[in-house]
Amino acid sequence: MIRFVVHRVLLIIPTFLGAALLTFTLIHLIPGDPIQMMLGEKVIDPVRKAAMLAQYGLDRPLYVQFFDYLWQVAQGDLGKSIVTKNPVWDDFFTLFPATLELAVCAMVFAIVVAIPAGVLAAEKRGSVYDHALMGAALTGYSMPIFWWGLLLILLFSIHLGWTPVSGRIDLDYYFDEGTNFMLWDSLMSDQEGAFVSALSHLILPSIVLGTIPLAVIARMTRSAMLEVLGEDYVRTARAKGLSGFRVVGIHALRNAMIPVVTVIGLQVGTLMGGAILTENIFSWPGVGSWLVNSIYQRDYPSVQGGVLLIAGLVILVNLSVDLLYGVLNPRIRGRR
Amino acid sequence: MKVRLITATAALALLLGMSAAAEAASTLRYCSEGSPEGFGPQLYDSGTTLDVVRPVFNRLVEIKFGTTDPMPSLAEKWEVSDDGLTYTFHLRKGVKFQTIKGFKPTREMNADDVVFSFNRMLDKSNPYHDVNGGSYAYFEGMGMPDKMKSVEKVDDMTVKITLAAPEAPFISEVAMEWASILSKEYADKLAKENKKEQIDQIPVGTGPFTFVSYEKDAVIRYKANKDYWRGKQKIDNLVFAITKDPAVRKAKLVAGECDIMPYPAAADIDALKANPKLTVEESPGLNIAYLTMNATMKPFDNKTVRQAINMAINKDAIIKAEYLGGASAAKNPLPPTIWGYNDAVQPYPYDPDKAKQMLEGAGVKDLSVDLWYQPVSRPYNLDGKKMGELMQADLAKVGIKANLVTYDWAEYLKRLHNGEAPMAQIGWTGDIGDPDNFLYLHGCGGTGKAPGQNNEKWCNNDYDALLKQGLETSDQAKRVEIYAKAEQLIHDEAAIVPIVHSVVFMPMSKKVQGYVMDPLGFHNFEGVSLK
Repeated sequence: MIRFVVHRVLLIIPTFLGAALLTFTLIHLIPGDPIQMMLGEKVIDPVRKAAMLAQYGLDRPLYVQFFDYLWQVAQGDLGKSIVTKNPVWDDFFTLFPATLELAVCAMVFAIVVAIPAGVLAAEKRGSVYDHALMGAALTGYSMPIFWWGLLLILLFSIHLGWTPVSGRIDLDYYFDEGTNFMLWDSLMSDQEGAFVSALSHLILPSIVLGTIPLAVIARMTRSAMLEVLGEDYVRTARAKGLSGFRVVGIHALRNAMIPVVTVIGLQVGTLMGGAILTENIFSWPGVGSWLVNSIYQRDYPSVQGGVLLIAGLVILVNLSVDLLYGVLNPRIRGRR
Repeated sequence: MKVRLITATAALALLLGMSAAAEAASTLRYCSEGSPEGFGPQLYDSGTTLDVVRPVFNRLVEIKFGTTDPMPSLAEKWEVSDDGLTYTFHLRKGVKFQTIKGFKPTREMNADDVVFSFNRMLDKSNPYHDVNGGSYAYFEGMGMPDKMKSVEKVDDMTVKITLAAPEAPFISEVAMEWASILSKEYADKLAKENKKEQIDQIPVGTGPFTFVSYEKDAVIRYKANKDYWRGKQKIDNLVFAITKDPAVRKAKLVAGECDIMPYPAAADIDALKANPKLTVEESPGLNIAYLTMNATMKPFDNKTVRQAINMAINKDAIIKAEYLGGASAAKNPLPPTIWGYNDAVQPYPYDPDKAKQMLEGAGVKDLSVDLWYQPVSRPYNLDGKKMGELMQADLAKVGIKANLVTYDWAEYLKRLHNGEAPMAQIGWTGDIGDPDNFLYLHGCGGTGKAPGQNNEKWCNNDYDALLKQGLETSDQAKRVEIYAKAEQLIHDEAAIVPIVHSVVFMPMSKKVQGYVMDPLGFHNFEGVSLK
């Protein structure tokens, strides 16, 4: 088991380096530079522009900039944003709780709906229910996030007035010192109605962000369950007279969870990508929209730092999934 | 279960909404279009950032709301020396700086604050010069480090600014946000606590609203400054709810979550106007969209060819198709809202037949030329591709084959400034209400060589002479005459094809009273109240 863990952890280093190199190369390949983006149609004298670029170290050869950056990162310094002049680390972690809260709620929504749905579809295989469910999953997977979000806003927020349009909480609520996890802050505060407001603001964005993972998890659950339900030991369990619930819910589901947990881990990457669009529509102040803006503004340190941090998160989650996989499936643990 | 939760939420929200309305404090909620870069008025030049510092600060001089005319503000009066080099400002007494958490001013605004605010940018040895980067976008962009020689305290309420050369627009220039007056006391306190960078993060000024908090990318909160020298505002709280997508901004306005919003999508204007709970204010933008014809490339070095193209472009069709009516055809390189606009100029008529004749007469045959269209939406040009397609069709009618070309925006600008474009769409949004701010774009400084911002690379010594004269005198009547001549000249020479000035729309709830549209495109909340 230890070898397994160590092996997995060591793999993080080349993965990180690869992510850093790829991001660095891509962002520098895009034409333009942060000074140009700030100027727009205005023109400044080339000498002054060169001086400004030099101020940010952008006049050095690319490989020098890259290795300098890696050395900086190795010491824990992600640099300063060219736009806000704040440390990238600070900018990212100010916004990260918002994205984390949304992503967790979206994932909870996806899992809570998808797994029972997938199990039921597997049990009632071939029925109308099965076809309807899988059809809905396919639709959910195919819908553009932006369109789906606007549609829900139009229906539930404007037409029916059941949910708020955007933001994390009603503008009247303000927490002086907070964790930036709105559900926690509002619950801990003594402001009436704050928690309900925070919760109501989470509904639509969670649904929108969670739709694709929901579809994928549902289908995965269904096919994993189908495979497991066909196994001999399940037939044995039924023959022994165990109740349907014990057979499906405990014995079969536990084994079906192995591929499903893997898929959930992979979906974290999708969530980070989907967060960008979802955050844009719902004016959700998270790292997704911060990252996109940084790209537009050619804010190199923010883009590089942001991608590294998100890559780190995805790597961490997948590492945990790999380790969890070892827990769920004892056969994996002892192997090389 | 979910439905019950939603219904419960809705019921509770309704109850809360009713109880909130019953309370005294009034809050104006503005759905803003983007996140600010920071809260330092001197560091940044984007409209979005300047909007967020505007409520907090005042300048020596300010522009009277709804006009482009300067009026006294922190300076009650000023004198200009005869040679135009020395400006003496007499400061207003009784102006207090704001009190925020951790800072309470012990004195009123005086000359020390003014001198500090300017010298921070001008004097490289000032202890605050390099704080937060040392780069002052507007100050340096306008050439102030060379134009301003010194800023000195004469006595507690008098400041003298000495220039290197006469600068007629100077009074309008110190009305800009970069010339906001910061508190030296606050700066000193921060320096003592080793927190200098906070000066551009938690702003303290003399303005109508005191900064309360910024939730990054989400909400900016201000409350009314009860000591404001122009009088405490009628609204108690001002909130900027950052909402980047225009469709969502509209949804929030319609749902009543915001009271006022900027930059609606063109397609939504009619629906917003038809909504009984909303009004849509409009005003001509301080901008121009124009088409360049590179005077260093044949056949555009021929005046007749340039005039013919002016007659070939159908501006009304562009206004209808691209702006959905939200624009007005342009005949001059600056908009009618600026003083000095020469309305006597006769626009070139739309006459493709005559244009074709003129082109043939000039020997233009089988011309195939690259026409660059803007890849991004700009306030003056909402859809460059559409405009490009319409222009392509117009030019085809007069026998010119235009090939549509574009680049990534940064690349586009770089190449355009470099003189690589035969024909290109470009535009300009004014910084200040001074005609020179638009007209200087077409000058060559008397050198005969077009600088970067002269996109059409057209040089004319008479035009340059007029521009120079315009800057040398502060007599507005004289300047109007000079600029009228300049506009007639540029029109006769057909240096560019002016296309449109786009209209700026501002939808708001009918509850909002006293909001004045700013010709410079800023969003001003002083004097606004809620019914």
